[in-house]
Amino acid sequence: MSENQNINYLNHPKGIMSWLLTLDHKRIGLMYLFSGIIFFLIGGLLALGMRLELAAPGNDFVSNDTYNSMYTLHGAIMIFLFIIPAIPGALGNILLPLMVGAKDVAFPRLNLASFYIYSFGALFAIYTIVNGGVDTGWTFYTPYSTQSTSNVVPMTLGIFIIGFSSILTGLNFIATVHKMRVPGLTWYKLPLFVWALYGTSLVQITATPVLAITMVLLILERFLGIGIFDPALGGDPVLYQHFFWFYSHPAVYIMILPAFGIISEIIPVHSRKKVWGYKFIAYSTLSIAFIGFLVWGHHMFTSGQSVFSQIVFSFITYFVGIPTGVKIFSWILTMYKGQVSFTTPMIYALSFLFLFTIGGLTGIFLGAVALDIHLHDTYFVVAHFHYVMQGGTIIAFLAGLHHWWPKSFGKMYNQKIASLCALGVFIGFNGTFFPQFLLGLRGMPRRYATYSDQFSELHTYSTFWSTILGLSIFIAILNLMWSLRKNNKLDPGSNPWGALTMEWTHTSSPPHPHNFESDPVFTNGPYDYDKVIVEPTLKK
Amino acid sequence: MSHNSSSPDFLHHHFHDVDQQYQTSKFGMWAFILTEVLTFGGLFVAYTVYRSWYPEMFYDAHLLLDVNKGMLNTIVLISSSLTMALAIWAIQKKNKKLSLWMLVITWILALGFLGIKYLEYSHKFEVGQLPGIFYSYMGPEVVNIDNPHIFFGIYFIMTGLHGLHVAIGMGLIAWLIYLTKKDKLHSDYYTPMETVGIFWHLVDLIWIYLFPLFYLIG
Repeated sequence: MSENQNINYLNHPKGIMSWLLTLDHKRIGLMYLFSGIIFFLIGGLLALGMRLELAAPGNDFVSNDTYNSMYTLHGAIMIFLFIIPAIPGALGNILLPLMVGAKDVAFPRLNLASFYIYSFGALFAIYTIVNGGVDTGWTFYTPYSTQSTSNVVPMTLGIFIIGFSSILTGLNFIATVHKMRVPGLTWYKLPLFVWALYGTSLVQITATPVLAITMVLLILERFLGIGIFDPALGGDPVLYQHFFWFYSHPAVYIMILPAFGIISEIIPVHSRKKVWGYKFIAYSTLSIAFIGFLVWGHHMFTSGQSVFSQIVFSFITYFVGIPTGVKIFSWILTMYKGQVSFTTPMIYALSFLFLFTIGGLTGIFLGAVALDIHLHDTYFVVAHFHYVMQGGTIIAFLAGLHHWWPKSFGKMYNQKIASLCALGVFIGFNGTFFPQFLLGLRGMPRRYATYSDQFSELHTYSTFWSTILGLSIFIAILNLMWSLRKNNKLDPGSNPWGALTMEWTHTSSPPHPHNFESDPVFTNGPYDYDKVIVEPTLKK
Repeated sequence: MSHNSSSPDFLHHHFHDVDQQYQTSKFGMWAFILTEVLTFGGLFVAYTVYRSWYPEMFYDAHLLLDVNKGMLNTIVLISSSLTMALAIWAIQKKNKKLSLWMLVITWILALGFLGIKYLEYSHKFEVGQLPGIFYSYMGPEVVNIDNPHIFFGIYFIMTGLHGLHVAIGMGLIAWLIYLTKKDKLHSDYYTPMETVGIFWHLVDLIWIYLFPLFYLIG
């Protein structure tokens, strides 16, 4: 260890103000990470609370009103306060400039501003929780949301504000990818995580403003009764649904694309093999981002659409399956004949492949109009959504967290515990959500605090496994935090997995405050495992 | 900060050179313009939906708007776009005084726009041509039309959001005046003026769409 390695972004400069006012993308990323994890915890506890209520039929734990609040807050917090900001805000912020060899993102002050805008919006969400919740569901459908006496305005105002943070982060990332790359790093040599963030950012800056304006219209409807969404005043409540899903369908790609990027990084590194179909993966990201804008109507098959638009939206929805399938097959082919090692990030990545495939295929079921009429608003939708969002995004987030933890902190966590937790997450997740597919097929509607006896066996089963799932995630995060203790002797070295992307090869772990000690020189492609030999510094 | 000795003080440490910084800032503003277009795009969709639902009502209700004030405001805003462009041209030509004057005129024109808008709004408040449940106007021209409050709802939201942009633009132009006066902006570094200029032209452009859509139906 040279003297120089002791200066890194974590310990230089010092003091609380140097963190609160930092312009360093890595520190801002960490602030996003920890606030995101806090909201993840709150959202997770709400979910466990719901599962507890659903363990048996009847209202034996919470009232219907409380239950309505619980699922609304669970959805709104997980989506708007954790998933959407967390991966781009945390992992994206920490890694993007390092991966493109830049000293920082294009607009560092804007980056800090977007963190504080996020925090400000989060205050509204916290106020909503403390003040008795909100009971409309995370979609805030009119006309109920204009009549409900719960805290619709604070929550939607919070989402409106957080939207700006999302737009500014996206804008920053796009400018960074376009203008801040190190000389020699051409578009086709970018790590695939950068492509994923780029696609995500494009969706963020184009879809989020529409959500913002929708929230404004909803708030104005409540305060001023402008009548735009109110049929009694000549307005149209279905227009709200169009607006909402024009954002919120692309938003699911804001949530899943970064996850795809993480998986595209982890699989080649832990298989010691060049990624298969680089351009296919890169372009499939962009085409998913594009097609995502054309399918919002599939959320509204039962909202009185014309048969013609149902057919068109259904047809375009199937197209999403093509680029997604391209990705899945490319990842599988990357592992083929590689040296796959079952490290913690890789275990998560493999569970991602399995769970996301189930989530994606059941999405095709739901995209079929005839089947959707039967499955609409049942637990089948709940299960599908959680297979893509938790089985997909959150598992990828955990994978990325374990993969880049030694990069961010220069510390190694206990890998045995971490791997056991990864298995626990996989098993607990399937145990929790697979029964929900069956519940949905049998007609169990979502968003009810109670149910008839015929569903009780599957519900009890789901609740039992949800505790395993919750516990595994909780221990996994504790295990990561525990690695930060002062006397942690596990030394990952600067490149524990032997990766070839610039954030590992060109700087120390944790990185220098200005990312690279001298101007980095781009040397090898991000996945050239067939040309360059690099040894993992982590001792087995 | 690892500046090399030759780099000018307006160059931020994370850029290689002045050109990269300039290109990046401009690119960022264009990306922001895209966001703005989508923001208004949502409202244009709402406009289109309701105009196709109630074409006669839109025609009848638009007669209640003051075309002359609208026309005057269009001229005011287009002129301000011109003076903004001239301010940038002047600073490129090292003419600080002209640039300052042009910025001040731009600012005054923006204020004039909001003043005229205020006159229009206050008249509508007086007679009750307002959105939603606040609509109370019962003049002879509108006895037979359905849901005029929808028209005024969309009118107030769209022109209100646009007016907010004008107000924000005034703040930004005031900031430019300050920077130019303090010699922080000059022919080697006028990026803030360039990017605010792009924003200001967008504000102008949106009004050029709003004016015919509300004032010149038929």
